[in-house]
Amino acid sequence: MDLAALTVTELREQLRTRAASPVEALDALERRIAAVDPHVRGYLHRDLEQARLLAAAADVTLPLGGVPIAIKDVLNVKGQPCTCGSKILCGYTAPYDATAIARLRAAGAIPFGRTNMDEFAMGSSTENSSIHPTANPWDITRIPGGSSGGSAAVVASGEAYAALGSDTGGSIRQPAALCGCAGLKPTYGRVSRFGLVAFASSLDQIGPFGKTVRDTALLLNAISGQDPQDSTSIAEPVPDFTAALGRDLKGIRLGMPREYFIEGIDPQVDSAVRQAIKHYESLGAEILEVSLPHTDYAVAVYYILATAEASANLARFDGVRYGHRAENPANLLDHYGRTREEGFGPEVKRRIILGTYVLSSGYYDAYYLRAQKVRTLIRRDFTEAFEKVDAIVCPTSPELAFKAGERVNDPLKMYLADIFTIATNLAGNPGISIPCGFATIDDVQLPIGLQLIGKPFDEAGLLKIAHAYEQSTDWHRRRPPAP
Amino acid sequence: MPSPALDVRYIAQLARLHLSEEEIATFQAQLDHIIQYVEKLEEVDVAGVEPTAHAIPVFNVFRPDAPRDWFDAATALANAPRQANGLFSVTKVIE
Repeated sequence: MDLAALTVTELREQLRTRAASPVEALDALERRIAAVDPHVRGYLHRDLEQARLLAAAADVTLPLGGVPIAIKDVLNVKGQPCTCGSKILCGYTAPYDATAIARLRAAGAIPFGRTNMDEFAMGSSTENSSIHPTANPWDITRIPGGSSGGSAAVVASGEAYAALGSDTGGSIRQPAALCGCAGLKPTYGRVSRFGLVAFASSLDQIGPFGKTVRDTALLLNAISGQDPQDSTSIAEPVPDFTAALGRDLKGIRLGMPREYFIEGIDPQVDSAVRQAIKHYESLGAEILEVSLPHTDYAVAVYYILATAEASANLARFDGVRYGHRAENPANLLDHYGRTREEGFGPEVKRRIILGTYVLSSGYYDAYYLRAQKVRTLIRRDFTEAFEKVDAIVCPTSPELAFKAGERVNDPLKMYLADIFTIATNLAGNPGISIPCGFATIDDVQLPIGLQLIGKPFDEAGLLKIAHAYEQSTDWHRRRPPAP
Repeated sequence: MPSPALDVRYIAQLARLHLSEEEIATFQAQLDHIIQYVEKLEEVDVAGVEPTAHAIPVFNVFRPDAPRDWFDAATALANAPRQANGLFSVTKVIE
């Protein structure tokens, strides 16, 4: 048996019954990585020696005992690099564990490997990584999505059993859709952000990637809960997110937002999502049309608020406490200016400029404050829609994985790739992407993602709805061709 | 809402970010385009609408101000590009 092909749930069974050992689970991954990663390039770094030590000592009776989990390079794992895909953090070694990592460890998991990402999580294709790009495992001439493109690609290609990512405007769900795995963005406040390098603090949330919905639920069990180190983490009870999986969908009402079924969606995406919705009806769910009237403004609101927050968050990269520092600065301004010029890539610079502008004197009210008010209206849209339905169902991305290089010179077009995921971050609701079909393009099969959006802190209900679809289809069992 | 008045050169100074002439020209064109796009928010009637700063607002979060184990000085300094005498070394601030 090839252990690397297993889900976390299946691997857990092997480990618990001692049919396989955690070291064997790690070695199987390493073989798979050796065969696939030269093509996919999902990993930035792996510390096999350290992981082997942890595997040898793993307690397989714990909920994730002995399971290696790949980690997006934006989360601090003690003793490991954490570059955020940026040159400015090359050489940095994390001095502590993020809370999500500490909790994974407490559940017995082994953080193994740093996955590639758009620099500081800014991007939708992982092409903004300053280290190297990552390929889509289904077609290596295409992008894996982003910003957590590395995490999605390594899970889809069997180079990881599961992974953590972060989602600020779709950075878990969109790459999950484009690579054909499950990716969950929990409710804002569900998972502590302590130790997550901040991009936009009011939007960022850590979440899991898995080969199945159940696997994402297992990881969410481990990482959820209030944390005194993050004052925005919420004191909501953490249920066992696997408990409701497998229950039927009788009485469940799903909302189709009319603003999400618009012209311009790839016809194969549109048709697969509509099929999936019909399938839900056959599973006993009731389908209602709902309206989220301010959808069209979400991207504009996001690119004001997220860049404003990013410009403030990235001010900490000043070449003093960590990271790159320019050589022989003439004075303090030259020190800051050149340190940041040399350390940041083009998309990060662009967003720092935009964010600084919208916060600058004379423009604050017109851009930042106005965007915050429209954010209120977007949240209200969701609150009202959820008075009628249990979850919203729509495409994750309006399009299929596009060709590498196609959009690097058109940032606005790149931003519009996130039109269906961004509003969820602005409103704070949880969202998940699961595979719902495949498109054929140039004789290549490309995955299509179905997005389900839930009520705040109702990940249990959301996962139940996602799981019911997944288990009655076989999309999640398909694996990319050998590279 | 004011018309696009984004002067990349000036904003880059505010952001303490040197840019090449080429970057300034590229960003100016791209950001003008993006600013034009985000100005669609002018269409929205926001009269009487409160701003949202956080998706799930929480206020006044306190915890006991108690000491706990954390980094020692050596760990805190381990990633510093320059250090001297157990301190971060900075570029001269006072002329």
